[in-house]
Amino acid sequence: MKHELFEKNSIVMLIGILIVISIGGIVQLVPLFFLESTIEKVQGMRPYSPLELAGRNIYVREGCYLCHSQMIRPFRDEVERYGHYSLAAESMYDHPFQWGSKRTGPDLARVGGKYSNDWHAAHMINPQSIVPESVMPQYPFLANKPLDYENIADHLVALEMLGTPYTKAMIEHAVADVEAQAQADVDEAEDVVGRYAKAQVGDFDGNPEMISELDALIAYLQMLGTLVDFETYAPAN
Amino acid sequence: MSELTETAPAGGVGTVESYQDSVVRFLTVATVFWGVVGFLVGLVIASQLAWPSLNFGLEWTSFGRLRPLHTSAVIFAFGGNALLSSSFYAVQRTCRARLYGGHLGWFVAIGYQIFIVMAALSYVFGVTQGKEYAEPEWFVDIFLTVVWVAYFIVFVGTLARRREPHIYVANWFFLAFIVTVAILHIVNNLAIPVSWTKSYVVWSGVQDALTQWWYGHNAVGFFLTAGFLGIMYYFVPKQAERPVYSYRLSVVHFWSIIFLYIWAGPHHLLYTALPDWAQTLGMTFSIMLWMPSWGGMINGIMTLSGAWDKLRTDPVLRLMVTSIAFYGMSTFEGPMMAIRSVNALSHYTDWTIGHVHSGALGWVGFVSFGAIYYLVPKLWGRERLYSLRLVNVHFWVATIGIVFYVTAMWVSGIMQGLMWRAYDSLGFLQYSFVETVEAMMPFYVIRAAGGGLFVIGSLIMAYNVWRTIRGDLKDEAPIGEARAAHQVQAQGAAS
Repeated sequence: MKHELFEKNSIVMLIGILIVISIGGIVQLVPLFFLESTIEKVQGMRPYSPLELAGRNIYVREGCYLCHSQMIRPFRDEVERYGHYSLAAESMYDHPFQWGSKRTGPDLARVGGKYSNDWHAAHMINPQSIVPESVMPQYPFLANKPLDYENIADHLVALEMLGTPYTKAMIEHAVADVEAQAQADVDEAEDVVGRYAKAQVGDFDGNPEMISELDALIAYLQMLGTLVDFETYAPAN
Repeated sequence: MSELTETAPAGGVGTVESYQDSVVRFLTVATVFWGVVGFLVGLVIASQLAWPSLNFGLEWTSFGRLRPLHTSAVIFAFGGNALLSSSFYAVQRTCRARLYGGHLGWFVAIGYQIFIVMAALSYVFGVTQGKEYAEPEWFVDIFLTVVWVAYFIVFVGTLARRREPHIYVANWFFLAFIVTVAILHIVNNLAIPVSWTKSYVVWSGVQDALTQWWYGHNAVGFFLTAGFLGIMYYFVPKQAERPVYSYRLSVVHFWSIIFLYIWAGPHHLLYTALPDWAQTLGMTFSIMLWMPSWGGMINGIMTLSGAWDKLRTDPVLRLMVTSIAFYGMSTFEGPMMAIRSVNALSHYTDWTIGHVHSGALGWVGFVSFGAIYYLVPKLWGRERLYSLRLVNVHFWVATIGIVFYVTAMWVSGIMQGLMWRAYDSLGFLQYSFVETVEAMMPFYVIRAAGGGLFVIGSLIMAYNVWRTIRGDLKDEAPIGEARAAHQVQAQGAAS
């Protein structure tokens, strides 16, 4: 029998396996990087501001994606519950993507602007104080931990290497931008909004004494799903 | 070709000792240890979902950090050690050759434990890439790559020095598993480090999503399926003392399963922002995957042809056969859930969790338990296990646990999916999100209870393994028909 060729030679078997397992991956993955239709052309997408990026890293660190999706499917109930279905363009600067696979809690793709900063701060510290039936863990430690943002510029540099359009000015001002975005009534806040359109500025966690991890996380949550201008977006057909 | 040899390597001294079994003994104990740890952490996080105060408001004990600890502990620590120990054991016997590379086998075994400990500690301290089932950061990934390449060298080196003309079917599956996992791991984890504890994966957004699920689904397909089919192809024929049912079926289903599995990743991304053509490919190949999966199931179960009676007297064989039945069930459920319209309901719900656990607890867990029960007396040169009756208890406690677990998740998943899309008579969404969370409570309690039974089963196994290693033999009546005979004998002796 011809299968002897594989069965009697481990190298032939190995090569056979390599060929067979490569085909599917190549056919599916490679075109995704070259087909222009993969990511829609939209107005409004921009890289994360340094504070939002730091907040996103906390979101990743705490494993929020294990219970919250960031991917609204094009169903009537989901669009009514969460807003416009998610576009590929909306996660184009996400390293890694955080679409999630489970909704123990609600989808967060468009949570930005839905609740006040105070609501988020109270909810993160003790979710059950606001939603008694919630099964979310409490995150009081985020409010007490100063945000580590000394080397945030390095993060921007790394992402710039991967193709995120961070400019020289953005990288240069990264640390100052964190401070300006997290403190209410600072003149530099205008510069942050200039560099990062629609960025929310303010003291997010209600404690002006310190830029905490909670500040960063809420800044991230408050911008989720708010960037794309759906007035000008027309789905391709 | 389906014949298994128990003899020592030709040219060897002709004793079992000429195989390198010390490393297999170590890995077998590690399998039992990590199994208990991984199941326990699972019980903890299942309880956290029912009673959120168990998160304790501490960063190190919150669900988001412990969940990767659970998944990695059961998949990579328990499953990985089961694969390492059984593949090292089986490849030596089926090749009639000592493990290649001298101490390299020990490097793999110890290095793999170091990888597990590094990964586990980093999750608890919040060091993660944020990619499901690929959470370890870049330096842990690189370390694992080194260990894995060593594993590949040991395995292929042993194949190359085999004294059998043919490579036995179990080794095809082990080889495909080792090679494919290496490729998946490297591509999915390519990243640019910013510091020791933080890196950014090179892929982003939709491309990262497909790369992740190409990895994630084939962690299931090659780690938890191909690898464990390798276990099935060695240990089921050995335990049943029957040859593999069909050689031809094993050839056909081997090549088709490894070809088709790689395509199935996009079924994790149905109705997302992934382009439709990729979603359709993923759904189509997932449905096709049903056939080679059942090819494996048929080949495994039918290996018992002519030995079905052993199911009554041999609880180890019963564990193995039940595992194949669970494999058949979850590989039917999987393709069904990959159909777009079914997925629209099941995705994001507990149904997925239930599906995963019927495969993980039923298939991966039980076939590993079967292999452990087979291996321990052989590896330590004992006449038999300490107690077959305890194996039987383990079997029933764990089976009932799985039934609790899976049915609770079916009900809660389908219910939550239906509640999310329910409209009232006025055309408004009928339920707020939190009402659907509240409805999950009783099922989360039942699930935790089922998981608790599974943990108890694993503790029974650990005890049985420990006593067997110590060399104890429980004086007990054999199981099944033989029991009556034993009693008669005992009475005869008494009178």
